[in-house]
Amino acid sequence: MTPQRPQDDHTSGQSTEPVSRPDPEEDQLLGGRSEKQVSTGGSGEGRLFGGRSEKQVRARRSGEDRVPGERPEAKGGAPVAWWALGGRSAWSVRRAVPVIVFVVLAVLPFSTLDLPALLPGPVNSPGSMQLLAICLVFAGLAVTYDLLFGRTGLLSFGHALYVALGSYTVNIAVTKAGLSLAAALGLAVVVGLVVPVVFGALALRVSGIAFAMVTLATAQVGSILVMSDPGGLTGGEEGLSLAPSALPGFLTGVLNTANLYWLALAYLIVVVAVVAWAVESEPGRVWQAIRENERRVSVLGLPSYRFRLLSFALASFLATLGGVVHLFLVGGSSPQITTSNFTLAFLVMVVIGGAGSRWGAMIGGIAYTYLDHRLSALGTSDAVAGLPAVLKAPLSEPLFVLGVLFILVVYFLPGGLTRARRHQGP
Amino acid sequence: MSDVVLLTLTGLGLGALYFLIASGLSLIFGLADVLNFAHGLFLAVGAYGTWWASAHMPFVLAVVFGVAAGTAVAVLVEVVLIRPLYTRTIEQVLVTVGLSLAGVALLQATFGADPVIFPKPAWTGETTRVLGAIVPNDRFLLIGAAVIVLAALQLFLHRTRFGLIVRAGVENRTMVTALGINVRTAFTVVFAIGGAAAALAGALAGVYFGNVSPGQGTSMLIFAFIVVVIGGMGSVTGSAVAAVLVGLVQQFAGYYAAAGVGEASVVLLLAVVLLARPGGLAGRTA
Repeated sequence: MTPQRPQDDHTSGQSTEPVSRPDPEEDQLLGGRSEKQVSTGGSGEGRLFGGRSEKQVRARRSGEDRVPGERPEAKGGAPVAWWALGGRSAWSVRRAVPVIVFVVLAVLPFSTLDLPALLPGPVNSPGSMQLLAICLVFAGLAVTYDLLFGRTGLLSFGHALYVALGSYTVNIAVTKAGLSLAAALGLAVVVGLVVPVVFGALALRVSGIAFAMVTLATAQVGSILVMSDPGGLTGGEEGLSLAPSALPGFLTGVLNTANLYWLALAYLIVVVAVVAWAVESEPGRVWQAIRENERRVSVLGLPSYRFRLLSFALASFLATLGGVVHLFLVGGSSPQITTSNFTLAFLVMVVIGGAGSRWGAMIGGIAYTYLDHRLSALGTSDAVAGLPAVLKAPLSEPLFVLGVLFILVVYFLPGGLTRARRHQGP
Repeated sequence: MSDVVLLTLTGLGLGALYFLIASGLSLIFGLADVLNFAHGLFLAVGAYGTWWASAHMPFVLAVVFGVAAGTAVAVLVEVVLIRPLYTRTIEQVLVTVGLSLAGVALLQATFGADPVIFPKPAWTGETTRVLGAIVPNDRFLLIGAAVIVLAALQLFLHRTRFGLIVRAGVENRTMVTALGINVRTAFTVVFAIGGAAAALAGALAGVYFGNVSPGQGTSMLIFAFIVVVIGGMGSVTGSAVAAVLVGLVQQFAGYYAAAGVGEASVVLLLAVVLLARPGGLAGRTA
């Protein structure tokens, strides 16, 4: 086993820091390098940026800076980053930035700022609030997908299934079975815990591409099941709208869109906090090791299957909760959220933002969702209308623009947007 | 009895479509390690190419045009987008994912999101009596095309020099490279073959379903993936067996149980095969 830290460290929140705990930045560095190691397959051929070698140089330099005799390796065998030895002031700034960002996000509904090009109306108008809330929910969902893909290295094509599970479970329980909202939420929690464990236990028997295929196939069955409208439960292709009376008053009505926005923000914060806590915890280290080299983890005597299942179950459970928030936000369940394209969207978000980094998935999720919604507006705007038809038609398709953007990111920003800065580094 | 005959022939026809898509996928994955999400795009290009050309020329020539268009797109994709990323498996998957999203959106922008009616030859709409069952003729067209493609692929793989390189590359690519053979040319060849087969599948799917829509390729691709995994990555014969199996299971379970059960049984089949033989039917048990 790896060196043990007392268990209560994990639950005591962020205040008490064990000395051996690496800087969050280091986590990113590891993420950055390992992803390249996996992706370049050791050949380094076709590498467009010198990011990796540069980091190696930095790591080496850090070894020289240190007092001779001191071990240049941390407990987990990970190289200590040079700034991990720096003062704590930079540390607390890094801590403060997300808090500030979340506070700004939280007070946005009080703003009447008008950004005509960026938002459909003033910031606190229902249209803008709805758009921003959807961006936040998708950011949260992208973070849950990143837990699988970026943190544990599990390429899943079935994540949409669990979003749909949350949405449809609560919706059917409330609208069709007539349960109270609290009971429906309880049911969703149970379902969201049990179903991923069962499916994950089966799918994780295989790994790599076969795992991706099994998740894709399972999700496809979910999609077909929803489309075929068994017993009139799911509403088939038309989807199922949530009975308005089901929600408490403060969540319904156009005027209360700000409350939904706060709900979405709360979901995002919970997901970011849980994922940040989980990847720093003991299993989190093992996930990282699995992503780097699964065989090595097995050789070290750790049951990698169980750790992968834990990651899968946690990510899927959080996605189920996200599905519930999505349901409240859009007021119904649409079969759109069961399709494989919906899962691919998460993959695109995570990769655009930067897989396995602290804020990458969140930023990618917000950027993708925002562009997806606003690009359709762009397609009908005057600027595009003046273009010749050859350019106009593709630009009016958000997915075309996003798909091209995605390919460009894969080629030219292998670490995603959040690591773009680092590539140009000193 | 007539039900069984009809279901069998329909299942075989569906299996034929799956085989046409899966054989290319399987070869591409087996040789080049590329999980090709853009395969659905090749299919859609073939379908739309045939649809567009059929207004200007006889149907058979239109199919040839569609297949040529699909092949050209596949080769272009391989040379321009996939080739710079070899040995970077995850990036390749991501690029093909992006390509499938952007490509389908582009088709949608060009031809509209709604399905277009496919101008199929009149005789495919007629029926033939087989053992008391009334079977639409397009089933025979599908099965015939798949059998011809299977035979051609086997001839190519077992009787030509390129086929030898492809088979050897699937077996052990590093060794083939070490022996001084340029495997990359073979990559382009399998992409061309896969693109051609997928485009043919697109044209035939147009005949089978009676219409073409931009997203059609993507939904069929998922079942083709299942066929590839069941059949074993890199094996054309395995894909053929698995395609027949999947087509039949889907038809029979869908008919005798409820709608949707057919698809669910296919996934169940996938789960069973993977648990029993993780390498697929034709895979080496490793």
